[in-house]
Amino acid sequence: MTKTPAFGLVDAARTAAISRRQALMGGGMMLAFLAVGRRKAHAAGEEPSLRAIGDGTIDTGDAFEGFAPGGFIRIGRDNAIHLIVPNVEMGQGIYTAEAMLIAEELEVGLDQVTVLAAPPNEELYKQPILQSQTTGGSTSIRGAFEPLRQAGAAARMMLIAAAAERMKAPAGSLRAERGRVIDPATGEGFSYGELVDDAAKMPVPQDVPLKPKADWRLIGTPARRVESAGKVNGTATFGIDIKVEGMKVATVKASPTVGGKLKRVDDTAARAIPGVVDVIRIENAVAVVGDHFWAANQGLQALDIEWDPGENAGLDTAALRQALATASQSGTPILGRQEGDAAAAMAGAARRVEATYELPFLAHAALEPINTTIHVTEDGCDIWVGTQVPTAAQKVAADRLGLPLDKVRLHNQVIGGGFGRRLVADSIEQAALIGKQVRYPVKIIWTREEDITQDLYRPAYYDRISAGLDQNNRPVAFMDRITGGSVLGAYLPGGLPEGTIDSDAIEGAADTPYGFPTLLVDWIRADPPVPVTWWRGVGPTHNVFVVESFMDELAEAAGEDPVDFRMSLLKEKPRAAAVLRLAAERSGWGGDLPPRHGRGVSLHGAFGSFVAVVLEASVGEDGAVKLHRAVAAVDCGMVVNPDTVKAQIEGGLVFGLSAALYNGITFANGQVEQSNFDTYPQMRINEVPPIEVHIIESDAAPGGIGETGTVSAAPSLVNAIFQATGKRIRTLPLSGVDLGERDAGLPPRRDRVPA
Amino acid sequence: MKFDLTINGEARQVDVPEDMPLLWVLRDVVGLTGTKFGCGIAQCGACTVHLDGEAIRSCVTPVSAVGAGAITTIEAVGGTPEGRKVQDAWLTLEVVQCGYCQSGQIMSATALLKATPKPTDADIDDAMAGNICRCGTYPRIRAAIKTAAEA
Repeated sequence: MTKTPAFGLVDAARTAAISRRQALMGGGMMLAFLAVGRRKAHAAGEEPSLRAIGDGTIDTGDAFEGFAPGGFIRIGRDNAIHLIVPNVEMGQGIYTAEAMLIAEELEVGLDQVTVLAAPPNEELYKQPILQSQTTGGSTSIRGAFEPLRQAGAAARMMLIAAAAERMKAPAGSLRAERGRVIDPATGEGFSYGELVDDAAKMPVPQDVPLKPKADWRLIGTPARRVESAGKVNGTATFGIDIKVEGMKVATVKASPTVGGKLKRVDDTAARAIPGVVDVIRIENAVAVVGDHFWAANQGLQALDIEWDPGENAGLDTAALRQALATASQSGTPILGRQEGDAAAAMAGAARRVEATYELPFLAHAALEPINTTIHVTEDGCDIWVGTQVPTAAQKVAADRLGLPLDKVRLHNQVIGGGFGRRLVADSIEQAALIGKQVRYPVKIIWTREEDITQDLYRPAYYDRISAGLDQNNRPVAFMDRITGGSVLGAYLPGGLPEGTIDSDAIEGAADTPYGFPTLLVDWIRADPPVPVTWWRGVGPTHNVFVVESFMDELAEAAGEDPVDFRMSLLKEKPRAAAVLRLAAERSGWGGDLPPRHGRGVSLHGAFGSFVAVVLEASVGEDGAVKLHRAVAAVDCGMVVNPDTVKAQIEGGLVFGLSAALYNGITFANGQVEQSNFDTYPQMRINEVPPIEVHIIESDAAPGGIGETGTVSAAPSLVNAIFQATGKRIRTLPLSGVDLGERDAGLPPRRDRVPA
Repeated sequence: MKFDLTINGEARQVDVPEDMPLLWVLRDVVGLTGTKFGCGIAQCGACTVHLDGEAIRSCVTPVSAVGAGAITTIEAVGGTPEGRKVQDAWLTLEVVQCGYCQSGQIMSATALLKATPKPTDADIDDAMAGNICRCGTYPRIRAAIKTAAEA
């Protein structure tokens, strides 16, 4: 299982090994760089021009003329510099960060470049950690940190070599800066645009030294995001904003029960609605096509549909929870990690502490509803969509349309929130099945209700965790039995064989930073009859909640301060200890608080980063939870853009707190009970506390950051509530927990919406 | 049915069903896609536009209810002093992440500053609690509104 996309379980050593291997052998993204020697841009991929690479608006002709060293860089004779970044932008700031990596070595400013989304091309844009062209698991910077700098450096060296020939000067006497190669002695030189034809003829450098950290002028600075301007003036084009000549708009209703089929539909009333153009049936869904979304949606509501609900017609949450609880007792555990004989140590412990934690299914609910625009013609297909998996999406569409891959042109767009949802191409497959039945371009937009009820969910879990303490209250054994569905098994095309450990299921528990003398983490696989997939924070979001909540329970049992108790187990983990210490210091840990206020701490080391968060919360007499302040300390190794790191921690915390406070997908009569933001509420501005983020300076390899804040959220929250009230929360979300007279309904002001 | 609208200062005639929400008139008929669809039930605020300077949720506002009012969308809000300040502050403080909600956030914030040039935190809560941001940019939204108010 060496090639599984184990999103978080990628340690720095493995990442470094990948980079070394690439530098030597040219695997993964290095191929993009090694393709440098090819003369024509079309050698850089299946797509011949920038027109195909970008959003279709950049017209550089069908055969790009200029310097096209590999997949990432296009420099035109007009000095236009395009950077084609391998990962897709969904808010995490990757366009900016990856452009910074290239620009640092190419010696250009971010103000001089245009960043484009990479077209589907595994050869050029394969993510070296995930081994596919995928954006997910906070792997982008970890994978791209070396290859993208090498790509920029190689291109710069070729430009300098071209200038050296022309200036009859040794290359070593010239310098590249802001898109020019100059002789520092005279200031004379050439712009990159003047050098492109000669540079393209230069040999590809075999030895590409990178700048030392001390010479970085861009990496490590809070550079401005490259794509923000269009997002504040309405000109940014998300997938849902695509306009194609002759396009119609459709909306879809799929079987409300998992695995159900369309039995019969009477579309008489729908077709009578002005603006309705077509009604399209596929095996498990029906789509109404209109001149505009309103007509399509009116038509959809007017359909008289009969479903064959299939075998999940009786699905309900009580039964799903019971199934997990039963599996936890009677299923066959698969070993995750074992250190010493935990069972024996537990048997000999002076005291045992045990707890059971339950977590719900979660929807992604990205604000941009699922959408795909597709145009199937006689000679191929165009797809405009925001996807985290462009090659997988291209393939599933090609399969469904019976087309060769190169006839499916996928134009990736910025994404209005991914969070894992767009790692799956189910909606693109559906679009292909609908699009093949019509001959006009059609933009298919799911309603919010469809988006939430037809999601692939973060699995529910039922975990039994325990520890043994000796007579001095030191832990002697730690055991965590995790029960839940396999995300990896659902995600891998070939599934995960029975009896095989899912690295995602145990991540955040098996790799706990704490030095327990004995440890046993195992997993009982209990796949639900509900589609599941990755969700922000992936495995650690679930496991760190359980482990960090339980660490507070252990501290309480030991009669120790939660920070001191953790610190005593971190002697071998200085980076983890440092973030915990910093978060405690900056939050005023231990300082006085008003009654019914508490501070909660959480710590994790996942995605190659270490994060500690202290959250201050209060619980009113009525049970209402209020958040007052969050303080995060982060060591994510070398930082590309510190402002992005802060933004991801801020946003990640809010994402995780929303889920912890309010969210759980439940089922009744086979159907999802939540459908929109009234029944699947999210935190709003009035509920979000000030968030401070402190970054520790580090020379360690870059770690991931997008997932980390989300991982910290729920355990900090429940630990703060325990400190405030003495009530230990072991089931999420909080809205299902009685904290006094608390009304578990919506937060205040939700209805004060001018309409 | 024909409606004479004033959108971003321009007269536009549209021929659409009278119950069609303004959101879809803007996006699918007029072609202004800066205004976003998020929920369709006035829960998320992504569709916020101004009607005579006040923030409204265009996803639940039938076109027939607009009348002769002046509609302003994200594409033109930068033409107002408050809108310009808000957009500038959004960029200065790097509020944006995925950006999908930000059209609506900026429209709500601009309407707030028009009505309340120096908003308190409570004013910000009142005016902005109808706008969901799934990326969690709320702390920066709050800070950017204060920055814009000082500009």
